[in-house]
Amino acid sequence: MITVHDLRVTFGHGADAVAAVQGVTFDVKPGESFGLVGESGSGKSTVLRAVVGLNHDWTGTIAVDGKPQTPHRDKAFFKSCQMVFQDPYGSLHPRHTIDRILAEPIAIHRLGNADARIDRVLRDVGLGPQFRFRYPHQLSGGQRQRVAIARALVLEPRVLLLDEPTSALDVSVQAEILNLLKRLRAEHALTYVLVSHNLAVVAGMCDRLAVMNRGRIVEEMDAASLRRGEAREGYTQQLLRASQGYDRAAADSFKDFA
Amino acid sequence: MTSENPLLEVENLRISFPTRTGVTQAVRGVSFTVGREKLGIVGESGSGKSMTGRAILRLVPSPGIVTADKLAFQGEDLLTAPEKRLRDIRGRRISMVMQDPKFSLNPVMTIGAQIAEAYRVHSKAGKAEAKQRTLEMLEAVRIRNPERVYGLYPHEVSGGMGQRIMIAMMLIPNPDLLIADEPTSALDVTVQMQVLAIMDELCSKRGMGMIFVSHDLNLVASFCDRILIMYAGRVVETCRASELHAAKHPYTRGLLDSLPRLDDTRAELPVLARDPAWLEG
Repeated sequence: MITVHDLRVTFGHGADAVAAVQGVTFDVKPGESFGLVGESGSGKSTVLRAVVGLNHDWTGTIAVDGKPQTPHRDKAFFKSCQMVFQDPYGSLHPRHTIDRILAEPIAIHRLGNADARIDRVLRDVGLGPQFRFRYPHQLSGGQRQRVAIARALVLEPRVLLLDEPTSALDVSVQAEILNLLKRLRAEHALTYVLVSHNLAVVAGMCDRLAVMNRGRIVEEMDAASLRRGEAREGYTQQLLRASQGYDRAAADSFKDFA
Repeated sequence: MTSENPLLEVENLRISFPTRTGVTQAVRGVSFTVGREKLGIVGESGSGKSMTGRAILRLVPSPGIVTADKLAFQGEDLLTAPEKRLRDIRGRRISMVMQDPKFSLNPVMTIGAQIAEAYRVHSKAGKAEAKQRTLEMLEAVRIRNPERVYGLYPHEVSGGMGQRIMIAMMLIPNPDLLIADEPTSALDVTVQMQVLAIMDELCSKRGMGMIFVSHDLNLVASFCDRILIMYAGRVVETCRASELHAAKHPYTRGLLDSLPRLDDTRAELPVLARDPAWLEG
């Protein structure tokens, strides 16, 4: 479904150039859920932004649904590939109603029948029609993230790219959104690429994952071996220890991985 | 772990905000004491945990109204203390680390100058001595090249380093009590662990008390000695950190259950069903 080969992204020029992604390669099969894990600055979000076409300056190969992609995408691409962002407080237009937010992609893609589509997608994400004419500030964080997911789903895409979809939410709300995403994937046969720094979230949501550090993939593994804590690389092992709560001895043993 | 003379005593703390549609009660009758220990306050956003931390230093923003039967630091009443006296207490005796170094550091002052200022305000030390102490403090929070970092501006350092600088600044006046409001939630897990290790060490070395406000149950359980769990402005449960897994209150249980675990095989995460009775619990 998604093939990324030797992807490189560099920001800046000359002496100030930062190589954010340095040769990343991975494959995601149709219907699969793939996780990208890493700390801030590891390039995981940059990979996602390059795949969805928000970042134009990359080299390498990106193919989605068998079609090789150029830096600039056509409308048909966005019909099949949508993204959900981290911060539901920043990703919804504050002066548009939910109805208008959801109607815009329908109008752009000339899908028609907006009324029925909006009604259906709102029910799909568990909000219901009573939220339709509210503004984002009238919703809680979890409800806003549901709207953001609905905005992506309203085009009936086949691929959903999720950039830290729950890290701005409380844990109790995080569980609701994760359950929703799981249900939607099963119901609509979606392919997910999930970026997260939370290993437990990825272990629960994904079939396979790649661990990134400093722009490179350190290790690819399946979720079952992550759950068993079987990491081959030292970097992944350190990440696993750090995510298991505070441990004085572990903190002292941490080192930098170049 | 509470000694006979607690550092801080809070009894029936209430914080309310008058709004157009009536009075919103952010904190509704919270009581606790802090000794020379690490006390964790856990809760969701809106539970009143940060406001509780702020009320101790009388930093609740206007028009918030703070009342309490008792709010005493080493026997001294904080609620009626004059503003001048409070300025001596803030920083020198009780200091506070905020969540985001990006907004808490002065962007137009070098890091060294900011930390040295925090020291000089409270100690009447000379410039040279303040610089010496600042460099020592930067080293204590594991900043590798203190001389270089001393002359940098906040935008030139990473988030993890910024948070360590904040901690250095708060610890340099040698306070008795440190209030840390989500001090590590903007950091990567490995950096977070290292920053916690620094605070842990300084706590045990100096016999400092600490209030650690966080939404991360696992982190608090593994880092603190005692935990208060807050819900809708009230403390619903207090327990020793080591016994959190045996918590009794349905809210605490629900929060613990809704956390994804690494070895999870549950198809669906249990969702917290909120019981209106908890509001009165």
